[in-house]
Formats: sequence, C-alpha cells, structure tokens
Amino acid sequence: MPLLHVDALSRSFGPTRALTSATLTIDAGEIVALMGANGAGKSTLVKILSGVLPADSGTVTLKRRPYAPRTPTEAAAAGVVTVHQSTDLVGAPGLTVADTLLLSRFTERGQPFFVSRSGIRRQAQAILDAAGFDLPLDRDFADLSAADRQLVAIARALANQAELLILDEPTASLSIAESRRLFDILRSLRDGGLAILYISHRTADLEALADRALVMRGGAVAGAFQRPIDFSAAIETMFGRKLQSARPDIRIVDGTPVFEMRGARLLPESTAFDLAVHAGEVVAITGVLGAGKSRLLSAIFGAGRLSDGEMFLDGRPHHPQTPADGIAAGVAMAAEDRHRSSLMPANWPGSSLAATISLPHLAKWYPHGLLFGGREQREAKKAIARLRIKASGPQAPIASLSGGNQQKVVLARWEAEPSRLLLLDEPFQGVDVGARHDIIQAIRSRTDRATLIATSDPEEAYEVADRILVIDHHSLVPAARGAPSVSQGIHA
Amino acid sequence: MTSINDETLAPVSRTGKIDKNANGWLGNLSASLRSGAVFILLGALLLGFTAAEPAFANIGNLMSILQAVAVVAILGAGVTVTLAVGGFDLSIGAIAASSVMAASYAMIVWGLSAVATVPLVLAFGALVGLVNALLIVRLKVPDLLATLSMMFLLSGLQLIPTAGRSISAGLILPDGTTATGAYDPAFLLIGRFSLFGIVPVSVVLMALVAIVLFVLTERTRIGRLLFATGGNELATRLAGASTARLKTLAYVISGTLASLGGIVIAARVGRGDVSSGGSLLMDAVAAALIGFAVLGRRRPNVLGTIVGAVFVGVLLNGLTMLNAPYYTQDFVKGAVLVGALALTYGVGRSAAQ
Repeated sequence: MPLLHVDALSRSFGPTRALTSATLTIDAGEIVALMGANGAGKSTLVKILSGVLPADSGTVTLKRRPYAPRTPTEAAAAGVVTVHQSTDLVGAPGLTVADTLLLSRFTERGQPFFVSRSGIRRQAQAILDAAGFDLPLDRDFADLSAADRQLVAIARALANQAELLILDEPTASLSIAESRRLFDILRSLRDGGLAILYISHRTADLEALADRALVMRGGAVAGAFQRPIDFSAAIETMFGRKLQSARPDIRIVDGTPVFEMRGARLLPESTAFDLAVHAGEVVAITGVLGAGKSRLLSAIFGAGRLSDGEMFLDGRPHHPQTPADGIAAGVAMAAEDRHRSSLMPANWPGSSLAATISLPHLAKWYPHGLLFGGREQREAKKAIARLRIKASGPQAPIASLSGGNQQKVVLARWEAEPSRLLLLDEPFQGVDVGARHDIIQAIRSRTDRATLIATSDPEEAYEVADRILVIDHHSLVPAARGAPSVSQGIHA
Repeated sequence: MTSINDETLAPVSRTGKIDKNANGWLGNLSASLRSGAVFILLGALLLGFTAAEPAFANIGNLMSILQAVAVVAILGAGVTVTLAVGGFDLSIGAIAASSVMAASYAMIVWGLSAVATVPLVLAFGALVGLVNALLIVRLKVPDLLATLSMMFLLSGLQLIPTAGRSISAGLILPDGTTATGAYDPAFLLIGRFSLFGIVPVSVVLMALVAIVLFVLTERTRIGRLLFATGGNELATRLAGASTARLKTLAYVISGTLASLGGIVIAARVGRGDVSSGGSLLMDAVAAALIGFAVLGRRRPNVLGTIVGAVFVGVLLNGLTMLNAPYYTQDFVKGAVLVGALALTYGVGRSAAQ
C-alpha cells in the first residue's frame, strides 16, 4: 500500500490548465525525483500537496485516508512537509538556531507562556539528535550558510513527525561538498522510512540520489523511470521531442571573437574558465538557479566583478567598473526580473513605454538636457513596429502591457543604440509563447553583434541559441561546439 | 499667484485627455474632479473668504499671503527633490535656522556686505547637503537617520559661536568684545522690498525657484534620472546612470534651497534669532505631501508643493481674518494634510481601479 496516492489531480488558473489529471504514487522509504520543464506543473502539484493551493478536482490519499490540506500547517500536521528553494523565510535574523527549530512550537496552544533559554536549548538539541544533524544551536540564523538553513528546515520538518518530505531545488545554492553532505543525510532518512519527493533540474543530483523518477509534461505525469534511470530518455520525455533537431538554422561562426574571457573566476574558490563569443552568434548559458549565470553577466556588464581573470572586447582589455563603463564600451544588459531591474513603478515619471526605452540613452538623445524634440517618441514607434509590441502608443504606461510585451520593450531599450555584445538574463521570464517567438526572431535577426543569453531552462536555450554552454558551481562546463546536446548540458 | 496658475492650466487639460481615453465620461469626470480637487477647493476658499471679508481679496493681502508662504514653498521644493530620488531631508529646517544665524554672524561680527554674505550662506547650505549626501550615499546611513542627526547637529552648532545668544547689532561676543558690524541695508531689501511697490522680492524668489525646479524635475533628462533613482534605483544604475551622483545632487539642491529660505527669513527679521524656523520643517514637508494630491499625481512634484504651500497659506490667512484663534492653526494644517493624503491614496486608488 503506497504512502501517498495522487489520482487525476487537476488545477486551472483562469484559462491556463496548470495540472491536467496528474496521477502518481509514492511509497515510504524511497526517494522519488520529480522532473519537468518550466510550466510542466511541478510547482502546482507541490503547492496542492503542501496545502498552499486547493485542487479543482481529483483525490489525494495519504495512508489510506483522504488528504486535502487547506493550509501548510494542516499539511504538516498530516505529515507532509515542504522545504522550499529559498530558505530565507525559515527563520529570521535575531533568532538563534534553537529558536528557529522551535518556532512552530511557540505558536501551538497549550505551550507555557514563559520560555527559558535552557529549556529551548534542550528541546532543540532533542530535535537535532532525532534528525542526526550537528548544528550550532546558539548561532544567529542570519549567520548560517544556505546549506545549514536547509538542514534547519529539514530538522524542523522531521520534528513534526513528517512522513513525506518535499524538497524543491534544495541544492540550488549549495556547494558540491554541502550537497554531498545533504545527500548522505537524505539517504539515511530514507533508510529510516521517510518518503522524499525531490524536485531538481540538476540531473547529476537526481542520478546520485533518486530511486525512481517521475517526469511531468503539460500538467500530467508523462513518464515514470525505475532505477537504473535512463536520464536521456527522461529528458526527452520532459520536452516531448528529441531536442538535437530543434534548431534548423544553427550558425557556426569562426574568426576573431567579439568578446573573450580568459582564466575567469567568478568566486575566489570556483574553477577558472574561458569563454569566447563571436559576432552574429547567439550563445546561451544554462544552469540551475544559483549556478552563477547572473554573476557572470553582471561581471561582463560592469555591475559586478570577476574574482580573477581577463576580459577582452574586440581585442581590447575590458574591465568595466560600473554599468556606465560597460555601456560606453559597447556592452548592453537586460538583467533578470524586468520589474526589479528595468522598469519604473506605475504612475511615476519615466514609466511610459517610450521613457522605458530611452532611460540609458537620455544623455545621447538629449545632449542639451531638455526633453524636447520627440526623439524618444520616434524611437518608441520604431520599436513598436519592429518588435510587434502591442501597446496603445509610445506614451502607453509600461504597466498596461502584458509580460511578453514588457519584455519586448526592455529588449528594444538595448537595441535602440548599437552595441557589440548584448547580454540577456532570463529574457523569457513570464513571457508567453507568441511573444517568445517574436523575441527570439528579433535576437537572431541581428548579426552585427554577439549575444549572450542566460537561462535556467535548457529548452529555451535550445530554441534561441547557436551554442549552449553549461554553468555549474560558478564555472562553465566544457561543452561540444556546434552540435550541442541537451542531456550533456543538463548532466553537467 | 498668476504665474502659478498659468503653469498649472495646461497640465490639467492634458491629464483630462488621457483619462478620457481610458475611462467612460463618468470616470473621466471623477478623475478630473480628483486631479483638480485642490484647485477647486482653493478657488472655493478664495471666494468664501472674499465674501466673508472683502479686504481679503485686495492685492496687498494676497501678496502678504504669498510672502508668508515663500520660505515654506522654497524649502518644500527642496524636500520634493529629495523625495524624487527616494530620500528625505529632515535637516532643512535646521539648515534654514543655521543660515539665519550664519548670515547675521557674517554681517554683524565679520562685517561682510550683502554681496559676500549671500553666496557664503548658500555655500554653507550646499556644504551641509553634501555632508548629508556623503552620509547617505557613501556611508549608507538611512536617509531619515542621517538627516535627523544633521538636524540635531546644526541646531546645536548654531548656538556655539555666540554662546547661545541671538545675534543683533552690538552683540557681545563670548570673548567679551562687542561686534561692530550691522545688517547690510542691501541685504534687508531681500526681505522687505517690493518690486513696483507690489510684488515682494521673496515672492519673486519663490516664483523663480518654482519655475527653475519645475523645469529641472519635469522637463530635463537630469529630472528624469532623479525620479528614476527614486522609482527604481537598481534599474537606473543598470541603465548606466550614477545614482550616487544623482542623490548627491538632490541633497545639495535641498540644502542650498534651505539656506536660501534662511536668507529670506534673516532679511525679513533683520536679526539672528536662536529660535527662528521652529515649524519650518513640518510645514515644508506638509506642503510637499499635499502636493501629491495636486493634479492627482500621487508622487512628489514641485508644482504641487508650491500649490500646497499656497493652499495652507490662504487657509490660515483667511481664518485669521475671520478672527479664528491663532492656536487653531496647527489643527487646520493637520486637517488639510490628512484630507489631502486621503484624497491622494484612498479615493485616488479606488477610482483608478
């Protein structure tokens, strides 16, 4: 009899069917890998199981009893605990590890009103002993490493008598050594009878850990793989096709690179790597969250620093100290999360479509300082026509546009003036399929510059790039040129 | 007065046009009512006070209202610029008060002329703004804390040179000697002279500050970048702008304007009172916040700040003429501010959705 049985679970958001009749089972004492591309329904499934969202239809049975938690607290009481990717919310600065471990107990009724230091330490130590972890009880939560926060979250879950532990990308921000330590702990927990649902894009992790793999596509479980797991087949199931043939028009560009990096280190302890990008080439860098994609792009643009190494733009040394230096040298960057990194809040000066495009170019377009002459309106009209932006006009508030159109405007900003190297960090975040197609067309139509795209979704990388590089633990993993293979990519 | 109204009429009609595209005529009507609410109220106040007390509307009284609000409007314009970069300057009141003392000290103790005193005091204000910026931009002290500390520092600093005495001609210095200088008559004209016998110099200064800062913030690329810094600092930096320099500029403008306000006070009073400028900070901040409601902008804007200052001035002057007791003044200011903010955020948002 399985521990958890999910039968024909469905959930829609408006017209979008995030989960369409998902069916799966999980037994006690096994680690099940849950795989799937972005939008496959993984996170919706997790949210339903952890009590964040209700399902529209379908049933879940936990230990032969119907299971439909309305809140994460109810889920935890039933024995299902989820540890999320971001562990910032597990505790708070000012709380010690012991406080954090007991946080959920403080909220229970019937607990004594007064708490004593020694009592807290004793109870917290008991929780750690039961989990078999060794953590500094008196350390401030804010001073813990990401790995230790992860362990605090897991220990707290186990203290609540968890029977199913759901882990969402737990190794995203961990070093290799920290990941290994976590894996050892997870294996011993499994041997003690705990069921673990493990969600990750990192195939290497899944290979090391999983007893079984479930692959989701289009809101349903599209395939199940037993050990030994054939990950190439699993990845093909994930995307629904062989990806090697996805791009018919791959350009192989040789000659002098526009941009080059030699002996680069993103962090003092990370492995050194080289990178070269040629004019007319679109190179995608893919890797899981926290692998160092944004750090790499920021260093090239001047918004961050390399720990070590040299950069060259058109053969000249390139060491920008600020984004202004990067822009002056011919580098443009549309950073990750457009709302945070590119757009003005609604109802604020500069929040129109035209002003969004003109922000980096104001000094060039209005050398006399006064905003007269309609240059930004003309540039905005050109961009609207070229990128097929759906908007009422250059003065349309940027907030009134859909996500895809907002992203087009951000791209238009950096294409409004010529550049040598365009950096795009997660350019397809919150972008619908149609707009994604337009953006890819626009990116690939330009051959006068080099383009470097960072994305955590290998499928997106395949759609847009001539060449795919994989980044892991803050270093590029050497990959074959011209004929990239996604499994090779993800396996890294 | 007229110059302010001329400037405001054009934006009113333009906002109305944009709203017309977005909503039906009912929504359009409510949107125009909302954006024009402060003007409609101001007009109603003017009419009401004139009906109750005909002397209210004579040109001399109207000019005295503007003269009374000139300093608050000038300081408020400075606050507006710091609000635009997402900051806040709590030290303006103290800068203005210190400037009164500095101007008096320069003329009475050092015997400087008006021509030397004015630039010196403006430079003092700019320097304080620079120190504020240094604390906020380089040392990353939160803006409220940095300018609050500066406020305390200046309130104390202005007492030290004279050992806590007010400065007037014949001042006895801490070392026992008597100051020989006096206020330069040319300096006093800033506070007491009226162009053509009608328009006080301080009102002209207010109008100039209003026009220059309106153009700077709303019609230049520097203004766009100042607002961009306050709207989304990361995006502004990633667009290649130096947000550190923009913030510094804002605090230097704010400090300089505050010292200009201090010069106007000194020229009006003709002596350096240790207690001058008590309520300036709160009045200037209130003007800037009432300004959020003007034209339904829901953001700092120079024009709104000036209108906000004038609005409070008209209300207080009219009530005084109607023999309302002086001690009701702060209550009236508070009520206006609460009403303006409710209009800006509460009513504004529900109508927009």
